[in-house]
Amino acid sequence: MGFFERIKDSLARTTQQFAERFEEVVQGADSPEGRTRPVDVDTIEALEEALISADVGVAAAARIVEAVSAKKDRGQSLRALVRTEILAILQRAASPPPDGQRPHVVLVVGVNGTGKTTTVGKLARLSKDSGLTPLICAADTFRAAAVEQLEVWATRAGVDFIRARAGADPAAVVFDAIAAGKARGRDLVLVDTAGRLHTRTNLMTELDKIRRVAAREVEGAPHEVLLVLDATVGQNGLNQAREFMSVAGVNGIILTKLDGTAKGGIAVAIAHDLQLPIRYVGVGEGIDDLIPFSPQEYVDALFEEKW
Amino acid sequence: MFDSLSDRLQGVFRSLRGEARLTEVTVEAALREIRMALLEADVNFKVVKAFIDRVRDRAVDQEVLKSLTPAQQVVRIVRDEMLALFGDTQGGLPTVQARPRVILLLGLQGSGKTTTTGKLGRWLAKQGRHPLVVSTDVRRPAAIEQLSVVGKQAGVRVYDPAGEMDPVARASGALADARNSGFDVLIVDTAGRLHIDDDLMDELRAIKAAVDPSDLLYVADAMTGQDAIKSAGEFNRRIGITGVVLSKMDGDARGGAALSVVGVVGVPIAFVGSGERLQDLEPFHPDRVVSRVLGMGDVLSLIEKAEEAVSQEDAEKLERKIRNNEFTLEDFRDQLRTIKKMGPLEQILGMIPGLGNLKELTANREKVDEGQLSRVEAIINSMTVKERRNHQLLNGSRRKRIAKGSGTSVEEVNRLLKQFVQMQKMLKQLGGMAGLGGGGKKKMRGLAGMKGLMNR
Repeated sequence: MGFFERIKDSLARTTQQFAERFEEVVQGADSPEGRTRPVDVDTIEALEEALISADVGVAAAARIVEAVSAKKDRGQSLRALVRTEILAILQRAASPPPDGQRPHVVLVVGVNGTGKTTTVGKLARLSKDSGLTPLICAADTFRAAAVEQLEVWATRAGVDFIRARAGADPAAVVFDAIAAGKARGRDLVLVDTAGRLHTRTNLMTELDKIRRVAAREVEGAPHEVLLVLDATVGQNGLNQAREFMSVAGVNGIILTKLDGTAKGGIAVAIAHDLQLPIRYVGVGEGIDDLIPFSPQEYVDALFEEKW
Repeated sequence: MFDSLSDRLQGVFRSLRGEARLTEVTVEAALREIRMALLEADVNFKVVKAFIDRVRDRAVDQEVLKSLTPAQQVVRIVRDEMLALFGDTQGGLPTVQARPRVILLLGLQGSGKTTTTGKLGRWLAKQGRHPLVVSTDVRRPAAIEQLSVVGKQAGVRVYDPAGEMDPVARASGALADARNSGFDVLIVDTAGRLHIDDDLMDELRAIKAAVDPSDLLYVADAMTGQDAIKSAGEFNRRIGITGVVLSKMDGDARGGAALSVVGVVGVPIAFVGSGERLQDLEPFHPDRVVSRVLGMGDVLSLIEKAEEAVSQEDAEKLERKIRNNEFTLEDFRDQLRTIKKMGPLEQILGMIPGLGNLKELTANREKVDEGQLSRVEAIINSMTVKERRNHQLLNGSRRKRIAKGSGTSVEEVNRLLKQFVQMQKMLKQLGGMAGLGGGGKKKMRGLAGMKGLMNR
């Protein structure tokens, strides 16, 4: 299954939910007689409601609604306009992942329970399948049994695994992993970090230390710092992204648990407010259930001609 | 907790405070702000709409508009309506007859079920119960192991038959073990699952049938968005929920969506998880939370925290010392440690009435300096026992040595000593007052009276 089918499949429920609400909104507005009229207040309000119910956020929703109502009087379809606006927001934020020195160091960060460990396992598999030689580093020395959990994933993915003793300094493990990666000639070092709330200053400083250690070992490292966001997260996702950006230098998002009914609309809010690109989406519990993100196809799947 | 919402609302009310008379126009402006604040807090769209309508109906009432303190009136209305939104719940667990009492924890992946299992076990043990915990999560790698570690940290027995990989068998095995070994509570941790995953929902139903739980607690992440209602509703429809545990409330999440669950799905919030430590679980009290949202402080939670951190004997000993004017640097250090035990300083400050605003002053990243406490402790640790008991011994060269030993400066040592002397003086006056006598018992009685007041 290609990206399109996979994401369509996983978004099927999402689409239904979003679509049902949306259908009601646009049906009136896109009817032959509706097209010639400017958008009325009720439609605007219903559209705003649909967007906010999708966690798109107040600011991004306001922007989309504004853009749409400004253009609508030219007789265009409301559906197409909304689609274009969301796509534009996502595309403006999109940028190719940085590439540089080997080993390419990737830090995976986020608050507790978003799926970092699982994602690291999937990411190892994905990169191995694309011909790279990844190495997994377990730097979550805090949560009970986190290292064991990741080890199971490393075995499943069939990649090298550098572990730490529970309670060890995470930065030291990262140092070991990068050294091992260099010695063994690996392309990629994937670092799983402990979940931490972005408001815990001391834990956030620990990430900064990991960064510094990585930077000393490989030029430009960490090349990617990916923030794992649960698709069910609400507007707090923005705060998370903002804090992790400023402390850990996050430069990409991984959206997980998109196989639920949540729409992951926060990704649109983040793209809108912070210009952070989405790199991957998680669509299930299997090791192959992580796919690279493409704005075009995401929006295609979200706005599929079901409605 | 709820900080951002409380900030927004305080901003609204501050602007209202300037108005001599409220007009429908100003009320409308305030309502718009409240609406935005609630939406940004992820409160469900429909809940917001209904909430705003109710507040408007009451706020544009002539009585309110004509009153001399309109802003306060509006605050009261918002407070009342928020309390109504949270429902008439008191948090914690209802009393049941069943022995062992079976508590089933369920929810989406990553909401914090396993951690909550450990915290709840510890909380119950503190209440004098004998809990047994069991994991039925055979799906997530190392989930069972995680509960074993957490259980050990919490000092709670973990039922873990090696090799048994059938969730239902694990649950019913644990129930039999609890019965035979005289545990009066069994907490069953389950695998995280999506509410639309039919197979896993069937498994959950089978576990429920096997252990017949009296409490089904849905663990909800405080950071969830608008989808929260859908998933909680679906869990409730398919399995049945008796209460909600709001996890991860120590961040800056506003918990609006999770709170809407209460309003829409109609189940009360039982507990709130407010940190990563195992003691960070509190029964939910709507009145306290609403007071905190509106910046009115939360004295009761503060007192409870203090009670948990200080034993009765320690309190009495300290009181004796203060009365006899024997308060030393050693006691001072004990006090510091107690404060640290009570949780992050910022959290404690937020509970003191009127100090909610203090946080705004320190908002620009100038967090309350937790390290300062550690430095003071280090200074006292670097003294000899004699010095600690008699600070007058501390001459220049001793101070120099202490500064060196604690990695601080002589100025810091001096500052600490000055503060200590001031404190001693203050305590002396306090100790001289007759009212302080009478010991802990009396204090407790006073407290109970206060609780009665707040609950009304």
